[in-house]
Amino acid sequence: METAEEQILESVVIRFAGDSGDGMQLTGTQFTNAAALYGNDLATFPDFPAEIRAPQGTLAGVSGYQIHFGSKKINTPGDTCDVLVAMNVAALKANIGQLKIGGTIIVNSDGFDSKNLRLANVPEDQNPLENGSLDKYEVKKLDITKITRLALADSGMGTKEIDRSKNMFVLGLIYWMYNRSIDKSIEFINSKFKNKPQIAEANIKLLKAGYHYGETTETFNARYEVKPAEMAPGVYRSIMGNEALAYGLVAASVKSKLPIFLGTYPITPASDILHELSKYKNFGVRTFQAEDEIAGVCAAIGASYGGSIGITTSSGPGIALKMEAIGLATVLELPLVICNIQRGGPSTGLPTKTEQSDLMQALYGRNGECPVPVIAAATPSDCFNMAFEAVRIAAQHMIPVFLLSDGYIANGAEPWCFPQSKDLPEIKIDFAKPTEEKFMPYARDEKLSRPWAVPGTPGLEHRIGGLEKQHITGNISYDAHNHEFMVKLRQEKVDKLADDIPLQTIDNGAEKADVLIIGWGSTYGAIKTAVNALLLDGKSVAHAHIRYLNPLPKNIGELLKNYNKVLVAEMNNGQLIKILRDRFLVDAIGLNKIQGQPFTTEEIKNKLSEILG
Amino acid sequence: MTTLIDQTAPKLTPKDFVSDQDVRWCPGCGDYSILKQVQTVLPDLGRPKEEFVFVSGIGCSSRFPYYMDTYGMHSIHGRAAAIATGLKSSRPELSVWMISGDGDSLSIGGNHFIHLLRRNLDINVLLFNNQIYGLTKGQYSPTSEKGKVTKSTPMGSIDHPFNPIALSMGADATFVARTMDRDPKHIQQMIRRGYEHTGTSLIEIYQNCNVFNDGAFEVFTEKTSKKNETLFIENGQPLIFGDNSDKGIILDGFKPKVVDLTQGYSASDCWVHDEQDQVKANILARFFDNPSIEGHLPRPFGVFYAIERPTYNDLLNQQIAYAIEKNGEGNLDKLIAGKETWTIN
Repeated sequence: METAEEQILESVVIRFAGDSGDGMQLTGTQFTNAAALYGNDLATFPDFPAEIRAPQGTLAGVSGYQIHFGSKKINTPGDTCDVLVAMNVAALKANIGQLKIGGTIIVNSDGFDSKNLRLANVPEDQNPLENGSLDKYEVKKLDITKITRLALADSGMGTKEIDRSKNMFVLGLIYWMYNRSIDKSIEFINSKFKNKPQIAEANIKLLKAGYHYGETTETFNARYEVKPAEMAPGVYRSIMGNEALAYGLVAASVKSKLPIFLGTYPITPASDILHELSKYKNFGVRTFQAEDEIAGVCAAIGASYGGSIGITTSSGPGIALKMEAIGLATVLELPLVICNIQRGGPSTGLPTKTEQSDLMQALYGRNGECPVPVIAAATPSDCFNMAFEAVRIAAQHMIPVFLLSDGYIANGAEPWCFPQSKDLPEIKIDFAKPTEEKFMPYARDEKLSRPWAVPGTPGLEHRIGGLEKQHITGNISYDAHNHEFMVKLRQEKVDKLADDIPLQTIDNGAEKADVLIIGWGSTYGAIKTAVNALLLDGKSVAHAHIRYLNPLPKNIGELLKNYNKVLVAEMNNGQLIKILRDRFLVDAIGLNKIQGQPFTTEEIKNKLSEILG
Repeated sequence: MTTLIDQTAPKLTPKDFVSDQDVRWCPGCGDYSILKQVQTVLPDLGRPKEEFVFVSGIGCSSRFPYYMDTYGMHSIHGRAAAIATGLKSSRPELSVWMISGDGDSLSIGGNHFIHLLRRNLDINVLLFNNQIYGLTKGQYSPTSEKGKVTKSTPMGSIDHPFNPIALSMGADATFVARTMDRDPKHIQQMIRRGYEHTGTSLIEIYQNCNVFNDGAFEVFTEKTSKKNETLFIENGQPLIFGDNSDKGIILDGFKPKVVDLTQGYSASDCWVHDEQDQVKANILARFFDNPSIEGHLPRPFGVFYAIERPTYNDLLNQQIAYAIEKNGEGNLDKLIAGKETWTIN
């Protein structure tokens, strides 16, 4: 046995692709954990179909998971991949475009038989494994199905069950290729199949078989080492956006000493927040899976009236259904956090694909003049910060707050140097207390926020509702001038919030430059990487990433004046750009992508280079 | 919901529950009577008024909370059940009341209505049924009778109406009752029963809209016809009605029949009402004939069905208590750190 040559790489992108039943998501997340624990910086991109089990072998059923890990700072899952694992023809066909010339393909040759060719609409005589079309890549052909069946021949399991385990062989092999320990995955398998020891044993056997296959066969003449990244000192974990968002909400509950109540309805890609929060009942978290989206938000409003932090989570179509109730919360002036994990729209659109097309919906999607604060998370771990912020703003300002995330960061993972509880600020909330004077539910403090008087407090009995309120008393008022006054007051309340949010900073580049690229939400990583590269080339470019979209930070107008040109990159048809043009009369240029996929670094670099001239 | 009466608290009076807002229903509206009966019963329940919350949707009836000097929310159309659910789940110690109408709860809010009943939150629902849309000035409602001519049905309604009692039984409500605006004592009795019930108590109240649907329930409420057309049901009592209590209901297999108690039948032959008998409650719920049809059954009033089933609010809060007991109070640092961490020095 020859020992494979070891090469040191700065970063690697691997894309696992197979049928949606092939377990590629699990393989990807397992490898992600291993890379994170090893100390690599990383970013991931799960890319899966909307159907749970789309027809086997077809292009529609291809599920992918891309991980970019390295010994340097990693901001994106990578534009193209170095290694493509393809479990069948369809997976190869759907993903070959993303593979670098000269990259490695690991294929399961069993997935390239006539049946699979037919299902992937590839003519029999054009089998890519045989027609030379893959000559520019390094192809490793393994009959993973056969190896798996042989390895588990005496396991007593049926063929179907055996075939389902083949992803573990792939995982073991990749662990070997990148010199990673399989121990954590063994722990994982043992705990996942705690009650099915036979299956646990089979999976572990395959994991080891994959690892040993790399070691003993000469299929692979090189093994790679990706050293730990130089990251700021601290304690890290791997985190996905929806997880971080849930933690942020719980943290805000702890720091405000108010229980949270989640009223929601299952929807992709937001459901994981419900799954997470439903586990934290020992934090006093109440989760309510309602009969529909409307009931979800209404129950949250009811809980807020009672003194909880009412939260509702959804995605575009569900948010559309909640809008009337969000209008109610605006007039009631109660705290409410609305999390929109955006996906491709309109209508049902692209449920599992990402998009940022609900900004206008959040800003303007209700009847009447109905302004609400809108904030957005930039990365998976930033979902924690912004969820915490959303609760703080909602509860301290007595107002519904929109928190925007999207499918890309919701499911994407990154290492996170997480905060300690003691370092998080307290969120000070005072409920109204009984007084001698007559209680005025719509009296206001300096923030223009009204008192939060919760049922059960003697002497503060009062009625609220969706009819226009008389200033201060909160009684129903149809008075023309009072209505105009109240509309302006609710707007002023949102505008005044600008005093209570951070000023906009330049994330990267100089305070004055030729071109400023502005992004919001999940485009952060791609813009950061592109701008980094251009700055290294000496280009005059800078990046600002907006987290507070309504109200905008007070200094944005001034800041824009320091750049000759402004480029706004968004995964929509141009929404933030309209706001910036409207508010600051800036002749901004748009870079828009509406393909259900995040920006690649190249796309941003190219556009910036074009503008820079 | 039963609570021990606090002897030291000052005794409240109906006036304590009257808010400073002018009542703006049309003169002669049946809503006035319902408001008055609620304000009459509440002081007797032995709870401080800050513990009462009235949540309503949209419609004439839904203005109700403004007139009660308690906590209250006049929300959006059809959603009172969902709002009340969130409030009761998070604040189970409050006495939560939902005020709604036939359009609010059976049309736009039908979904929330049935789910409230099946979840069995401990909420008292007063469903004002006037068989018309009043606030929008006279369109037919989901309880309007077939053939009804209204502004939106000039040729007569072709919709088959809901029977709210049967619908509630179908949604597995644990307390189902019917009363009428013109019978103050009976409303009070039903409200007390509903309040004492642990779980969602659904009280359908026949309420006259004297502007857009005057006389819809006349046959049940007018002295001349009331005794023959209504059947007041009481637990453990035989089903007897009529001018001189001269008619009874017997069950012939599953088929209810009206018999003449002056001719061959006696009270002991009659069906004895059992509030816990779901099968019989379902049959009673179907006493829904048009009174103009020959040989029709009388319309029942009273408690059709009342059983105990764990409430959603209790179960939810028990899970929380159990989770705290089992895992200890949540530790934020542990939660955020998760299972696997690594340290960079």
